[in-house]
Amino acid sequence: MATALLRRFAELAATPLVPDDYLDLFNPLRPGAELRGRIVSVHPETADAATLVIKPGADWAGHVPGQYVRIGVDVDGVRQWRAYSLTHGPRRDGHISITVKAVADGTVSPYLVHRSRPGTLVHLEQATGDFVLPDLDVDPPKFLFVTAGSGVTPVVGMLRNLFPVTESGVIDPKSRSAATNAAGLDITVVHVAPSEPDSIFGADLVALHAAGAINLVARYDDTHGVLDINRLVDLVPDLHERITYACGPGGLLDALAAHHEALGLPLHVEQFKISTVEPGAGGSVAFNSGVEVIADGATPILTAAESAGVLMPSGCRMGICFGCVLPMTDGAVRDLRNGAITTADAMSGPVKIQTCISAAAGPCRLDH
Amino acid sequence: MTTITKKPDNPIAHLTPEDIEQIGIELDAIRQSVLDTRGERDAAYIRKLIDVQRKLELGSRAVLLASIFPPAWIVGTAGLSVAKILENMEIGHNILHGQWDWMRDPKIHSTTWEWDMATPASAWKHSHNELHHTYTNVVGKDNDLGYGIMRVDEDQRWHPFFLAQPLWNAVNACFFEYGIAAYDLELGKNLKIPKEKRSEEFKAAAAAVRTKIRKQATKDYLVHPLMSLPTGSFVTTLAANFVANVVRNVWSHSIIMCGHFPEGVETFERKSIEGETRGEWYVRQMLGSANISGGKALHLMSGNLSHQIEHHLFPDLPSNRYAEVAPQVQALFEKYGLNYVTGSFPKQVYSAWHKVVRLSLPNGWLATTTPKNAPMQLAKLYKMTTGGRKVRRALQARLERDARMAKDRMAKAA
Ligand SMILES: Cc1cc2nc3c(=O)[nH]c(=O)nc-3n(C[C@H](O)[C@H](O)[C@H](O)COP(=O)(O)OP(=O)(O)OC[C@H]3O[C@@H](n4cnc5c(N)ncnc54)[C@H](O)[C@@H]3O)c2cc1C
Ligand code: FES
Repeated sequence: MATALLRRFAELAATPLVPDDYLDLFNPLRPGAELRGRIVSVHPETADAATLVIKPGADWAGHVPGQYVRIGVDVDGVRQWRAYSLTHGPRRDGHISITVKAVADGTVSPYLVHRSRPGTLVHLEQATGDFVLPDLDVDPPKFLFVTAGSGVTPVVGMLRNLFPVTESGVIDPKSRSAATNAAGLDITVVHVAPSEPDSIFGADLVALHAAGAINLVARYDDTHGVLDINRLVDLVPDLHERITYACGPGGLLDALAAHHEALGLPLHVEQFKISTVEPGAGGSVAFNSGVEVIADGATPILTAAESAGVLMPSGCRMGICFGCVLPMTDGAVRDLRNGAITTADAMSGPVKIQTCISAAAGPCRLDH
Repeated sequence: MTTITKKPDNPIAHLTPEDIEQIGIELDAIRQSVLDTRGERDAAYIRKLIDVQRKLELGSRAVLLASIFPPAWIVGTAGLSVAKILENMEIGHNILHGQWDWMRDPKIHSTTWEWDMATPASAWKHSHNELHHTYTNVVGKDNDLGYGIMRVDEDQRWHPFFLAQPLWNAVNACFFEYGIAAYDLELGKNLKIPKEKRSEEFKAAAAAVRTKIRKQATKDYLVHPLMSLPTGSFVTTLAANFVANVVRNVWSHSIIMCGHFPEGVETFERKSIEGETRGEWYVRQMLGSANISGGKALHLMSGNLSHQIEHHLFPDLPSNRYAEVAPQVQALFEKYGLNYVTGSFPKQVYSAWHKVVRLSLPNGWLATTTPKNAPMQLAKLYKMTTGGRKVRRALQARLERDARMAKDRMAKAA
């Protein structure tokens, strides 16, 4: 009662802002704040991959290894949201970590790997994802993990949780024997990477293998040639006894899915690349009402939608008043004034666009 | 000032349609050069500014808790005034223009921002961004021209009502935020409609303004004074908030007057903007605005509306970049023989007020009045004020003839 009154009073004192806006100035990670995190440290893993340790805000609800977190970072001043797998189990210091591989021409990943600095505030959502292990207490099954490239990250998160590791994430040499026997798990990891030096967490996997925790089959494209999924059984003879967890690029996962389906084997996958929006000229614009408007690449979405009878907010109709801004949840648009492309997908989250100067550059969906 | 197309020396008569389109292309290039370099530095600027503003406001309000002590009152009131000015001008005005939308930060976005003003952000965005910025200085379309209650142009017929306009303007300056709220509501027009016939839209908007005013007033005139009660500073804190609001209002009113009122700024006829091209729109913005010259502090405190010309050309570019493009814009004015209106703050304020006074009087009256003929002129003005429309028209014609003759005499003498 008293706190409710106090809160009401604080709201009256802060209007038109909210008390949180002032509290954020001093403690952005406090309970009740929007979920954020602060980068604690950045550790290079390979030449183009790094692990970021992040202290999450007080309301972080924890995660199950294998899950991912959506993280919003300001790259060149623009808030960008991407998903990254959590690469630790729950840690004693309460921090979380992600491991990022810089994708060529990428917006966010090169920034996180090469330019992010400790102390930077990032935005978070609660962990999510169902790429997680089943309950191991009852009769644990045998596992096969197939990882390719940065797809190793959720698997490393699971392994680190299963075996005793130090805070830095590597296997704890003091408890090697414990690692070997404790869980009594039978895990084979097929780890694919372009080359050994490019292999993220390669050393960690080797250490786990040496400790007897896992059976590692490392495959480097440069020495072993590109992995042919149809010959997987040569690498893992007891393949059919195992539940497979796979994470990596779409091509590999598709091949694996076809392979396992033919054999009737269980498979869990996590795909990193959900969709790539390829900008073209014109496209269909979908609205919440179910209406779909076909717009060419030279007509503002505002005009196209209005001619199709959609009620649209608008003002100056020339790009200066921002009275026409709507969130695009999916798709690509082109700024008719200078050709600049803006894209949105499930991972980037909705992006607000000015419909009066934006033409469809592919199929789009507007939240309106 | 006379609408541009009626002027004998039309300031754009020397421009060919090709010139005008070329101006548009060159301005687009300036705009693009800013977009190409817009990034982290700019984002850091607005974030820092918001941070500083909020801390300044908190600090000032903390000092005001003991405002019963005169030094605390002075420091707190000054700080709060500055905080309120920053909040309205460099932060609120510019965020609501969408200048920072590109950051995709939901907390610093034109669609979510609300400001410390009587008028709700959404209402202001409509009247300001959509109407004023689109129809800048078009007589009859742009209500910013005189906020609907003033005579701002020779072409508007004089009426005795306007004699009081310097007074209106002063009162409006002190309570500017309420003036803007009334103007966003088109209160004058709507109050003339019988109550039961007013549109639902108006009723909803009026309710929103009432709620907003109630909230702002409760905060400034009740909640914060109550917090000062323990030190016996209720009344002094209330006074501090009132003064800070008036200071903010007078300041923003002055800056805005300087943007479109000083001599040399052109107005346009409704007809002249039909089917306007992008180049023509740009030229109208160029001629319809005036800058204030000064230092960094002035630019910051004016919300960079001291770069009113650049702001009107590029209302969606981040305000911290106007200073940087101003020399390029000015060079463009010179290249095309156009008048880049600029002057110091005192000069522009004087110029704007002079115009308010001049136009409060019949055309030509001020120009034909000398200390010697003042009594006669006053008698004439009295007759025009009390007489009917016919009397006014006759005397007006005579005034204008005298003014013309006086001008010719001066020209000959020179
Ligand atoms: C559930 C989930 C978990 C993820 N976990 C991780 C993780 O643990 N570590 C990690 O590094 N990434 C992970 N990703 C991928 C990550 O979210 C980004 O897509 C990736 O970092 C690229 O972002 P970007 O902004 O740098 O590239 P963008 O600017 O979005 O894309 C630039 C170019 O790179 C291509 N591209 C985008 N993503 C990839 C990719 N994954 N591989 C190759 N090319 C790509 C695009 O087609 C485009 O041409 C995960 C994705 C999902 C959906
Ligand atoms: S309608 Fe004004 S910016 Fe789109």
